[in-house]
Amino acid sequence: MEALTLLSWGFDVTLGGTLMWLAWRTLASEDLFKGIVLFIAFGLLMALAWVRLDAPDIALAEAAIGAGLTGALLLAALAKLESGSKESQPLQESTITKAMVNKSDKQILFRLLLVILLSVFVAGLVYVVLSLPLQTIGLSETVAENLDASGVSNPVTAVLLNFRAYDTLLELAVLLLALLGIWSLRSPSERNESASGKVLDMLTRLLVPLLILVSGYLLWVGGHAPGGAFQAGSVLAAAGVLLLLTGWRPGVRFAGLALRFALVMGLAVFVIVAVVMVLLGGRLLEFPLSFAGNFILLIEAAATLSIGITLAALFFGTRPKPAQSSASREESGAQER
Amino acid sequence: MNIAFFYALTGIGLFTLGLYALIKHKHLLRKILAINVMGSGVLLVLVALAARTQNTPDPVPHAMVITGIVVAISATALALALMLRLCETSGRAELPDEPME
Repeated sequence: MEALTLLSWGFDVTLGGTLMWLAWRTLASEDLFKGIVLFIAFGLLMALAWVRLDAPDIALAEAAIGAGLTGALLLAALAKLESGSKESQPLQESTITKAMVNKSDKQILFRLLLVILLSVFVAGLVYVVLSLPLQTIGLSETVAENLDASGVSNPVTAVLLNFRAYDTLLELAVLLLALLGIWSLRSPSERNESASGKVLDMLTRLLVPLLILVSGYLLWVGGHAPGGAFQAGSVLAAAGVLLLLTGWRPGVRFAGLALRFALVMGLAVFVIVAVVMVLLGGRLLEFPLSFAGNFILLIEAAATLSIGITLAALFFGTRPKPAQSSASREESGAQER
Repeated sequence: MNIAFFYALTGIGLFTLGLYALIKHKHLLRKILAINVMGSGVLLVLVALAARTQNTPDPVPHAMVITGIVVAISATALALALMLRLCETSGRAELPDEPME
């Protein structure tokens, strides 16, 4: 028993230390590409930390979203940044050297002040955390008592989609808003589908159906074990990112209304269920006991599809050009410029 | 001192590291990375403190953290798009030192 405790402590300390080191190297490394790759490794180790803290649901979400999709987004942005600023490279160099030369006493003073302030800040935070009681029950007993009324047996899914469904509803809205923001920053892109090599093509054909299957499994299993809409949606998004990277583009027919319909579906189903319940005399987002399980599965299925497509669209960055009204779009694009 | 507090302190460390990098670095992509590290630190504190129970950990913070992860990627994606737009218009992925006229 003693040896086991010692071993687990050794593991935790190593994990915590590695996390800190990776975070430091991520932020301090000269090369941005190296920093991003280290950040992906950091995300994967965070997933391990979640497992150590008995949070397998978060570990799944972190591995798929935190490490995988965020890493893909960052790398794509870096690639665009470097191809965009090829000509202005000398300018950046000169600012860096100027900053090096200009490193005056004022800057050193500023750095010192920053370190002192942050030290005080850390001391305060550590004091607050250590002054918390060593053991609490929190809300775990309340959740366990009401779990039968939620329609699912996984407590995290019960909190996400029943007890605190309001959070999840607004979160889907945040996801959609982020996409709207990104779409409005750029004019729609031309549809440029390209063929990939044979090996990549074959691999995609094998992997994408598998990812869709895993996504469906995660969605179904979320009712009684770790899993759920967000994990399933992010696996679906991974399939989408893979397809986009191999040169596949959604057909012109689906790039217009069908795509927008799929994007808002998760939020729409959620709102419709909520409004119907209010009209039937219940409270907002209150599910009747006998239908709760079905409602949750319905909302989760719609949310999975929307989350998957939204995340893949976030990765793509621009809205695809619809086929029919391309002339009018071009006009508005020219006006913007 | 048990495992929950150890991870909570690690979370504080990550948050502070991220905050320092956020203030120190000029490049916007580094700032976005720093904000992500800060976010991971906050989530780690939340989940670590939820593990202070006798048996199963508190599921409410777990659900909030899953929500947090999705909100974090939304914010990161929007921030990256804004950075690329800024780089397109001004030619550099940094904010100007002096406030613009």
